[in-house]
Amino acid sequence: MSFKEIIDQLNIIGQCRRYNLPLRHCPQFLFLVMGTVIGVTAIISYSLGTRYVVDPSLVALIVLLMTIFLLSVSFVIIRSLERIAEANRLKSEFISVVSHQLRSPLSNLKWSTELITSGRLGEIEKKQAEYLKIIKENIGRMGELVSDLLMVSRIEQGRLPLEISEFSLKEMTEQIINKFKAYAEASNIEITFNTEEPLSNVVADPSQTKSVIENLLDNAIRYIKGKGKIEISIRKRGDFLLFSIKDTGVGIPQKDQKHIFQKFFRSANVMKHQTQGSGLGLYIVKSIVEMCGGKIWFNSREGEGTTFLFTLPIKKNRKTVDNTR
Amino acid sequence: MPKKILFVEDESALQKTFGEVLMQEGYQVISAMDGEEGLRLAQTEEPDLILLDLVLPKLHGFEVLKKLKEDSSTEDIPVIVLTNLESTGDVEKAVELGATTYLVKANYDLEDVLKKVKDALGD
Repeated sequence: MSFKEIIDQLNIIGQCRRYNLPLRHCPQFLFLVMGTVIGVTAIISYSLGTRYVVDPSLVALIVLLMTIFLLSVSFVIIRSLERIAEANRLKSEFISVVSHQLRSPLSNLKWSTELITSGRLGEIEKKQAEYLKIIKENIGRMGELVSDLLMVSRIEQGRLPLEISEFSLKEMTEQIINKFKAYAEASNIEITFNTEEPLSNVVADPSQTKSVIENLLDNAIRYIKGKGKIEISIRKRGDFLLFSIKDTGVGIPQKDQKHIFQKFFRSANVMKHQTQGSGLGLYIVKSIVEMCGGKIWFNSREGEGTTFLFTLPIKKNRKTVDNTR
Repeated sequence: MPKKILFVEDESALQKTFGEVLMQEGYQVISAMDGEEGLRLAQTEEPDLILLDLVLPKLHGFEVLKKLKEDSSTEDIPVIVLTNLESTGDVEKAVELGATTYLVKANYDLEDVLKKVKDALGD
């Protein structure tokens, strides 16, 4: 390790900021705490030693050697922790770069396909139009995946801009249900919605909340096989509104339940029914709800259905990550 | 006289596709592949509208926009920012610098962008 590297190690705040870690999780900061504790212990033992033992200098020497030894060990531990943190940071950066770089060629593909399908370059035959439609749909799918990846990278780097304001969760839910009605009906799924009256507004980011509800509803519809039912309700619970969406879908197997909010995780059960999807939706949903100061959880039984529940605050609370400018 | 549109964009594929649509709609399209060229053509060609990407070689789109608005000969030309950057900060900055409209490429269909162009030109 060069002298400069050692100096860099001393810039604790700078290091922690680089990894986007809070101080209590930051290896460098932990090292400082450990060092201080060990140092203080050593001084206490030294003063005790000099007072009670016949040969104080020997005790002092032992304590000193112990301290040096402990410090070296902890330094090594922390160096390896740091390597893990660095790998994690690189991974987030990788996602960000990849998804940004994917966007330009995707735009090119999208616009070129649109130009052909628009008929501006000449008539297209029916058969050709069919395949162009497939291309267009798949460009859309890739676009969504890239957007999800960008979202994840923003969440991980703490750069997701939230715009917190007060709005009616009930009205928003009604609008979303209306939007999904045709889709649900097509799959023979009945959606019911009931709320307690009167209902207060919530304080959260409206556009992100909308994507949370859309995502949960889309999942519910998608994982009901055949005829089914979705029950949505909103109730007041202390300083929060509790949103609940219950479906009669395939359910989440017990062994997968603890992983369901992890990014890129896809349940084996889900893969059996539906191969599409990135495994990012619920990770994003959870991050948004928590950043808005709420909580999210679910109850599920394989073969019977799933209920997702989340809360959002009625008043602005201190847990809300507010970076409204 | 057809209206003149300056299209500042370093992706040649996008230049080609959207340029094609604009020409079919009867506009005269002038292309610039980097920020410096874009700025120069804006001053010499006096276009009716500028389509501006942000991530550009030589001179960043924000710099181009700033210089356009500082120059009395170009300050009145409407500028549509057409980019893939979509953070709130970028949008705010572009509007602050005087952009008429801000469009994220990935979220817009070709025909939607065309509509925005027509709106900006009052067609």
